[in-house]
Amino acid sequence: MYALVDCNNFYASCERVFNPSLQNKPVAILSNNDGCVIARSDEAKNLNLPMGAPIFKWESFCKHHKINVLSSNYPLYGDMSARVMKILEHFTPDVEVYSIDEAFLEFKGFDEYDFNEYGKIIRKRILKWTGIPTCVGVAPTKALCKVANKIARKFPKETGGVYVIDTDEKRIKALKWTAIKNVWGIGRRLQKRLEAKGCKTAFDFTQLTDDWVRTNFSITEWKLKKDLEGIPTIALEIKEAKRSIATTRSFEYTYSDIENIKERISTFAASCAEKLRDQNSSCHMIIVMLSSDRHKKDAEQHSASKTVIFPYPTDSTLSITKAAVEAVKTIFKTEIKYKRAGVIVTGLVPTDNHQLNLFLHENPKHRPLMSAIDRLNKKYKTDTIKLANQDLQRTWKMKQERLSPKYTTKINDIITVK
Amino acid sequence: MSKALQFFTPKASNSNGAIFIDTGISAGFPSPADDFRETRISLDEELITNKEATFFAKVNGQSMIGAGLDDNDLLVIDRSLEPENNKIAVCFLDGEFTVKRLKVRDNEVWLQPENPNYPIIKITEENDFVIWGIVTSVIKKV
Repeated sequence: MYALVDCNNFYASCERVFNPSLQNKPVAILSNNDGCVIARSDEAKNLNLPMGAPIFKWESFCKHHKINVLSSNYPLYGDMSARVMKILEHFTPDVEVYSIDEAFLEFKGFDEYDFNEYGKIIRKRILKWTGIPTCVGVAPTKALCKVANKIARKFPKETGGVYVIDTDEKRIKALKWTAIKNVWGIGRRLQKRLEAKGCKTAFDFTQLTDDWVRTNFSITEWKLKKDLEGIPTIALEIKEAKRSIATTRSFEYTYSDIENIKERISTFAASCAEKLRDQNSSCHMIIVMLSSDRHKKDAEQHSASKTVIFPYPTDSTLSITKAAVEAVKTIFKTEIKYKRAGVIVTGLVPTDNHQLNLFLHENPKHRPLMSAIDRLNKKYKTDTIKLANQDLQRTWKMKQERLSPKYTTKINDIITVK
Repeated sequence: MSKALQFFTPKASNSNGAIFIDTGISAGFPSPADDFRETRISLDEELITNKEATFFAKVNGQSMIGAGLDDNDLLVIDRSLEPENNKIAVCFLDGEFTVKRLKVRDNEVWLQPENPNYPIIKITEENDFVIWGIVTSVIKKV
């Protein structure tokens, strides 16, 4: 059996742990730079505040409905997530951290267990220890866990936050209840094609023939179909390390000069390189992206990206920023007001077992330099040491006007009690 | 022999800085202490039994001075412990975090300050009240 443990409105729940007066009140969390709404509490969802709402357009709506709007506090969410995931390891050794707020658990040799009871214990412990509410869906396959989890979330009173699909009768009932657009991995394009074929629910999807699904879609959808039929096909993926790392941000203002853009790209590339070294990976490839402000319909629009492939895997800030800056120069156009940029490093391999390449490899002198930089930045503070092309006049602070304290990661930010 | 004070050497940090290894390449006699090396005492390990459920808070005020909790002291809070009579708890009461001694009797919950200048608080249904976590240690600067 598998289980999916999903934290309810995770970001809002993290804020509520340390500010319990937000309990039962509408809460919305903004993206980096306070751009748009990326997370909402149930109360905010019920007020119809849309996901992705640009806050500058919805400010008065939020004020009117007394929605508590907060900047995203990733150090807090990251720490709370790590706590939740660690607690899950008490329940089974096989845990796949699927995202910041959800994880799949596999139960091998747990045949005699009462999974409804076990799910309730998991929920209760996470809530008590961290203050984060969760829902648990248990089923014979991962795709069915997703469905079970949705049922647990939708009917908290009836299910107590835990739903187990353990009979074929329950499975069919659950699939008939699940609209095709809510099936795990069915995107909007697939949804349209399936609806045209008469598939309205997950159950309809399982009634298609294997052949038709394989010819018209791909192996992924076929696997999904098998999983929904109750035949375990999508395996647990225990991620050793991330497959790509991205640093993308909107700027606080728009920029149309290459110097500022070069600085941003250098900083993003340096941040990617640092994350690479942190998980002991090197990258084969980087993608640099640049785009104008989509919300300014009257301004000339331009967005472009450029991929650079390295002859050898690297984790050096020097090599990665250099390549990123060269790349952005090739896609930059004058007269455009740019609002957003990003660097993605991908094609990751573990740093210690690069394929041996006799003639091409990273300059060995970079390694001790990088570890010295990382050590100093960790010991003193972030960005003690950086490249000269980063942070021109330090005008670059992320806009976070409504940020809550870093309650669990900074000693000066801990809660005070009277 | 008097044992009023016992001294320990704390573990400094987890820095990965270079380590000077002075116990022999090949020449000379190896240090006889090598076989008896133990890890240094870590305050983290001494004060925290459940890492995932442990949080810190700072004391503001002197309502618990009698229990040794002074202004600006650092509290170690374990959320996984069950609230019990006489335990010191961090609670959220009507919009504010507070630290008090729990008094539970005949289905009633009271928050007992340890300072005669503060009143004992009876928790009623009108209160917005949660027991947030149990205080396990106080760390103070002297």
